[in-house]
Amino acid sequence: MGLQWQFWPIAEPVTPWQLLRPDGTLVEGGAQPLSDDQVFEALRLMLLSRAVDEKGVSLQRQGRFGTFSPVLGQEASVVGSAMALDPRRDWIVPQYRELPALLWQGLPLERFLAYFMGNPEGGYVPHGVNVLPVQIAIAAQLPHAVGLAWGLRLQGKDSVVLVYFGDGASSEGDFHEACNLAGVVKAPVVFFLQNNGYAISTPRSRQSSCVSLASRAIGYGFPGAVVDGNDLFAVYVATSQAVHRARSGEGPSLIESITYRMGPHNTSDDPTRYVDPAEVEYWRRLDPVERVERYLSARGLWSEERAIALRNEVAEEVERGLGLARSLRSPDPEQLFEHVYAVPLPRLVRQQDAIKGRSVRATLPSEW
Amino acid sequence: MPTMTMVEAIRDALSLEMARDSRVILLGQDIGRLGGVFRATEGLQARFGAERVVDMPLAEAAIVGAAVGLAVSGLIPVVEIQFLGFTHQAFHQMLQLARLRYRSRGSFAAQVTVRTAFGGNVRSPELHSDALEAHYTHCPGLKVVTPSNAYDAKGLLLASIRDPDPVLFCEPMRGYRLVKGEVPTGDYTVPIGRARLVREGKDVTLVAWSAAVQIAEAAAERLAQEDGISSEVLDLRTLVPLDIEELVKSVKKTGSCVVIHEASLTGGFGAEVVATVQEEAFYWLHAPIARVTAPDTPYPLAGVEKYYIPDVARVVATAREVVRAK
Repeated sequence: MGLQWQFWPIAEPVTPWQLLRPDGTLVEGGAQPLSDDQVFEALRLMLLSRAVDEKGVSLQRQGRFGTFSPVLGQEASVVGSAMALDPRRDWIVPQYRELPALLWQGLPLERFLAYFMGNPEGGYVPHGVNVLPVQIAIAAQLPHAVGLAWGLRLQGKDSVVLVYFGDGASSEGDFHEACNLAGVVKAPVVFFLQNNGYAISTPRSRQSSCVSLASRAIGYGFPGAVVDGNDLFAVYVATSQAVHRARSGEGPSLIESITYRMGPHNTSDDPTRYVDPAEVEYWRRLDPVERVERYLSARGLWSEERAIALRNEVAEEVERGLGLARSLRSPDPEQLFEHVYAVPLPRLVRQQDAIKGRSVRATLPSEW
Repeated sequence: MPTMTMVEAIRDALSLEMARDSRVILLGQDIGRLGGVFRATEGLQARFGAERVVDMPLAEAAIVGAAVGLAVSGLIPVVEIQFLGFTHQAFHQMLQLARLRYRSRGSFAAQVTVRTAFGGNVRSPELHSDALEAHYTHCPGLKVVTPSNAYDAKGLLLASIRDPDPVLFCEPMRGYRLVKGEVPTGDYTVPIGRARLVREGKDVTLVAWSAAVQIAEAAAERLAQEDGISSEVLDLRTLVPLDIEELVKSVKKTGSCVVIHEASLTGGFGAEVVATVQEEAFYWLHAPIARVTAPDTPYPLAGVEKYYIPDVARVVATAREVVRAK
């Protein structure tokens, strides 16, 4: 027999890695990777996120909150990954559906709320809070994260950057270019792909014929992995491994977190037009928050009273956040013109004068 | 004072600033061992190392996008995109650069300079010569700098790298080696936002930038010799910010204006110049403002580019008509 020419095999489907089963029990040989205090902190962040979702949708319907994208269903994916970071030295580069991760890093809740209320002050990131502002252009944040991680490394820091994006974003050119560059410069970055099943209405199957989005990492020369995104513990462990790799100079990794967007893409979306109710029902039984509650109950650490107390606590936090958001500088014409350039350009100053009524038209000469 | 070509002046500026400020890092395709396709970075990798003069993957969006993150990390990236016609592979990331300061309320800024070559009459392949500078003048937050000579190229590049805001720095391909001039060896900057009065005149103002400045100068010379027309030549040097004051001052003096650019007519930056002159100096005009530009066709193949790009004869003919109409 002569030499047989062959294509490489295509990627096989992968079973997402799991530590905590949907019934709240650990898999055989599995151990709780977080301390009890950390588990409660994770639960608090997940419930806080859920409370913001509920309040946000309600306020949006009343016209008191802008279009925003609820985290609902993806809480374990976001919180478990964020908690693998050290907020003092590590960075998060978000998309727009990762509120609890931003809170973990120390972003004040009112900034996030203000942003979605349409107040430019919401874009402000206090000094020392290691996050970039939310990114609306899909996948545009990925090269930013690579540059940031690479730059910190060039300056001798041991920081890691975790960047969030979705299954839809993985079809963008920026995803490819960012992964490719990260591999070349060995940037200490974790590509955290939340595969929540949909990009607005477009199902995962229409994004790529590749059975595993994580398998693409191989093509960039770094490892990938698939994790049960509704399993707080599994997400935490997988991300911790990726963070460790990055910190110790081994470069990037790609984690595909299999989760589900239980709500709409955003408050303008109507998923009943394209989502099978049976599918929603299936995922409801895999609710990431209830999974942690079941686990804690089985260990005798959770009760109806504690649940009510924690829910009241986060509800108060949301109200406090909304109050603070409303007390930020309210939008005014001056704000429109600030921070376009470090020093305002003369032409823009004239336009500002016009809008403020100090002159008739932005472009008329002073001698008119 | 030594004589330098434009590309030598640019290299001198890069070298000087890298030595002065250790935060400056160069990113681009083929800028390392090759020294860049135009040799603007020749010798810099050998001098400053591969961590500061970085050969990047062939991916414009990743180069500009990474520059955003590198700037946030505290470095000062100077990007080379080989041709302005290829910057659209990174157009969305140019917009990200432009609005980082605004959208973060000043929490972050992109002190990034994107250098790129453009302009025709060098018989380059398709897309290499496209004069797309007007696309970027419509991106608030970004500055657009278009030097025409070696002295300005060095001084403006140093000013751009030190500018806290992102700058698109467009270098005329044809001028890289053809345009020579005296350039001081040391540190100096040319302020961004100031036009340069190239030639004083009283009959008509010829407004140009980048490679078109030479055409305007040659046209002014011919108009003087053949028609006795005294032309004032104004090199805008930077499009954003636009030096309205100098522009208006000159038009008020001459009472007429011809704008010359290599880009196609419709929506070209000449339209902005004309609108500005109309708004600011309407009562001083004695003739309609004219534009001498490329026609509204895509940039053609080399065989016909001499018909595409404004030449001295077209500028002279147009200026004559304008002056006759006064």
